[in-house]
Amino acid sequence: MAIIERPSTVPAIAGGDAPQFVSPASSYGVFRRPVNSTGWRSWVFTVDHKRLGIMYGATALFFFLIGGVEALLIRTQLAAPDNTVLSASLYNQLFTMHATTMIFLFVMPVTTGFANYLVPLQIGARDVAFPRLNAFGYWCFLFGGIFLNTSWFLGGAADGGWFMYQPNANALFSPTHGVDFWSLGLQITGIASITGALNLIVTILNMRAPGMTLMKMPIFTWMALVTQFLLVFAIPVITVALFLLMFQRVFGAQFFNVDAGADPLLWQHLFWIFGHPEVYILILPSFGIVSEVLPVFSRKPLFGYKFVVFSGAAIGFVGWGVWAHHMFASGLGPVSVAVFSVSTMLIAIPTGVKIVNWVLTMWGGKLHFTTAMLFAIGLIAQFTIGGLSGVTHSVSPSDTQQTDTYYIVAHFHYVLFGGAVFGLFAGFYYWWPKVFGKMLSETLGKWNFWLMVIGMNLTFGPMHILGLQGQPRRMVVYPENLTGEGFFNLHFWNTAATVGSYLLALGVLVFVYNVWHTRKGAPAPLDPWDARSLEWLTTSPPKVHNFDVIPHVHALDEFFHLKYEEVDTDTGPRLVKVRTAEELLTEQETNADKHIHMPSPSYWPIVLAAGLPIMAYGIIYNHLLTVIGGAIVLMGAFAWALEPSVADDSDYDPPAAGGEPSQELVSV
Amino acid sequence: MSEAIITDTPDADRSGADSGAVVPVADEDVVVDHPVDEHGAGDHAAHMVTSTGLSNNKLAMWLFLGSECLLFGGLISTYMLYRGRHTGSPGPAQLWDIPLTSVSSFVLLMSSLTMVLAVSAAQQRDDRLTTLWLSVTALLGATFVGAQVYEFTSFYHEGLGFTTSLFSSSFYTLTGFHGIHVTIGIIMLMALVGIISRSKVPGDKAEVVELIGLYWHFVDIVWIVIFTLVYLIPA
Repeated sequence: MAIIERPSTVPAIAGGDAPQFVSPASSYGVFRRPVNSTGWRSWVFTVDHKRLGIMYGATALFFFLIGGVEALLIRTQLAAPDNTVLSASLYNQLFTMHATTMIFLFVMPVTTGFANYLVPLQIGARDVAFPRLNAFGYWCFLFGGIFLNTSWFLGGAADGGWFMYQPNANALFSPTHGVDFWSLGLQITGIASITGALNLIVTILNMRAPGMTLMKMPIFTWMALVTQFLLVFAIPVITVALFLLMFQRVFGAQFFNVDAGADPLLWQHLFWIFGHPEVYILILPSFGIVSEVLPVFSRKPLFGYKFVVFSGAAIGFVGWGVWAHHMFASGLGPVSVAVFSVSTMLIAIPTGVKIVNWVLTMWGGKLHFTTAMLFAIGLIAQFTIGGLSGVTHSVSPSDTQQTDTYYIVAHFHYVLFGGAVFGLFAGFYYWWPKVFGKMLSETLGKWNFWLMVIGMNLTFGPMHILGLQGQPRRMVVYPENLTGEGFFNLHFWNTAATVGSYLLALGVLVFVYNVWHTRKGAPAPLDPWDARSLEWLTTSPPKVHNFDVIPHVHALDEFFHLKYEEVDTDTGPRLVKVRTAEELLTEQETNADKHIHMPSPSYWPIVLAAGLPIMAYGIIYNHLLTVIGGAIVLMGAFAWALEPSVADDSDYDPPAAGGEPSQELVSV
Repeated sequence: MSEAIITDTPDADRSGADSGAVVPVADEDVVVDHPVDEHGAGDHAAHMVTSTGLSNNKLAMWLFLGSECLLFGGLISTYMLYRGRHTGSPGPAQLWDIPLTSVSSFVLLMSSLTMVLAVSAAQQRDDRLTTLWLSVTALLGATFVGAQVYEFTSFYHEGLGFTTSLFSSSFYTLTGFHGIHVTIGIIMLMALVGIISRSKVPGDKAEVVELIGLYWHFVDIVWIVIFTLVYLIPA
């Protein structure tokens, strides 16, 4: 099955003839509109949400490996006392870029990739609301990520920590261009986040299949929706902070100049008003993923769907009122500290609700311990540990002891690696057959899981001890004579953490090998997990137009209820499988819609996005470049605005048989 | 982020282009008249029947403006924190020329009126009147920006450079961001005038006019806040 473009004089038949392709004849503006459906052009100019989802995922995983190497270098330096693997300057750059890469270039884009790929499928739509904007977001992310990382070769990367506190990161203490690259690069990826979020919110609110009310939406889509709202309102705050920082460093503005009477807390407030919603941006998609995975492998519906939805939304709201718990040690005054302590404790409640719901979903279920399920259970356990150490931070006297120690590092790696990343891996294993039509090996998957669990706990578990013993964060070297004795010896636990980090890296490599190993395996079954939501109501990988017929939704877990019906038996009513996924798909294909319009590819998203890093280089090096980049952006915007989102009739060759040209798209 | 505004508009542009029909689609009321079945649900332009009944473009514009509120919120907070910090350099009391700024503010507010008239004309499919009011709106906006440039120049000559003090940096940043927003609005208005004059179907850009109108009103409202906080309330 493929969507093709052909003259309308040829009768439109679904499920029949071989595909026919028609290329555009006339040009629009200067260029012919791209229509390739194979080859590199079909990827570079694509506006298909599924392709963009895969591109987001692949690019983010590449940055994950870069960020992982940075982490290994950090751990290698700390493996032994008085170590000299890294210089202090390089060490500062590495921990800054490790965090920046993992947060902005791995977890955020990979969750955007999941949402991009799955949301239209889960809500029964054929694409997103703004396909070209979607492509634009991806290219902004890619170019922003590359731009950030070119700083390694242009005098050194940013070295002020991912929170880039002022005035520590001003030109006096951080004289290379690293921080400039950082502020401009994050500005570009921020554009990607805003456009992506606008697009997904409109898609979810406006493009649901008939009958899918908000409370019948799959839970992953719900969590994606909350995440996008957080992005829309959090990103502009960091945008302001980054502009102030750039104006300070490039144009000599005074914002963080303490000599002129500046208040260093301004940066901290702006940063954390963004930064705290940001941590929920990182974790909520993973919460959504495990809320999909657990019911499928427990053979039970999600326990308390409404509670999971509303606790997710509650986390989204309360997440705006806790930012100053990152600043307890900065002298805010007792009232602020008390208020933010209490609100931080409050946010533990909706989080706890979710954990209870997940556990009760498994309670009494027929558990299938697939790799996806194992990762989901891993998230529950490890996130709970990280959540509990988080509650200890909300108690401000305790936090004052823990601030800027490895205890904090342990806490946020338990929630972000043990939580968010484990959720993402659950998603990889669960949806891999859907996206690529191949199963990942379960045997390798078990190796992957156990290596990562052991590695993760061996790396970050000891950091609790190190932190409570007073090892400060961002410490590049420690002398042997200060490591202490006995059980709390810092040398021993640092070495243990380093060993753990190598095990963790091995686990990730097993995943990479698994992908490589299974790339030519047998096609995956249509419904390998006996799944519950709409994305499984189509082929694997899905057709270009997702669904032959837009489904009419009657229930939460619609796909499950299409397969199973309640039948009265001697022992009372039971759910019995009455239809298979194959039968449902055949039914779709026989009733396929005959006229399906898909949005056409476009040059302009990538052109427009390419102008942004050029502008950014110009701000750092030569303002003439900024003008050139700005001209590209402006011209790209006009070309985009003048281009219809679907190719015009006149873009196509007239049919050989004569008659008027048409842009009719037909599923064949 | 300004690109998002310009680039959102084309999806609304295409009702005439792709259907070739003479059904001008102005807003959700008319959506029902559009031959939806002919295109199927895969038509992702503004004119499909949506779950909420709001058009995709309009919903996206509202969300974008919500996002912009936080942007200006951050900039205004920065200014409010730093507006009294100008030791050894001119401060608000020496610089402000309230009558001049009041006049330019009035001009900007009047441009909202002409914008409303443009939207109204577009909904009545009167392209000639629409382009007229859009041009007047752009002209009033340009007058405002011109007054801002004059004001900045005179402040500079009175000794208030961008790097002079915390007050000057945050003042120029806040009002500069607003001025850039007005300028982008003017570019969009003029582009729209060009697009409408090329369009063959009267009134088929009505939704674009409305979207840019939303943006324009938003920028005006932000100016009311800035004018009050920056100029009228003494530090």
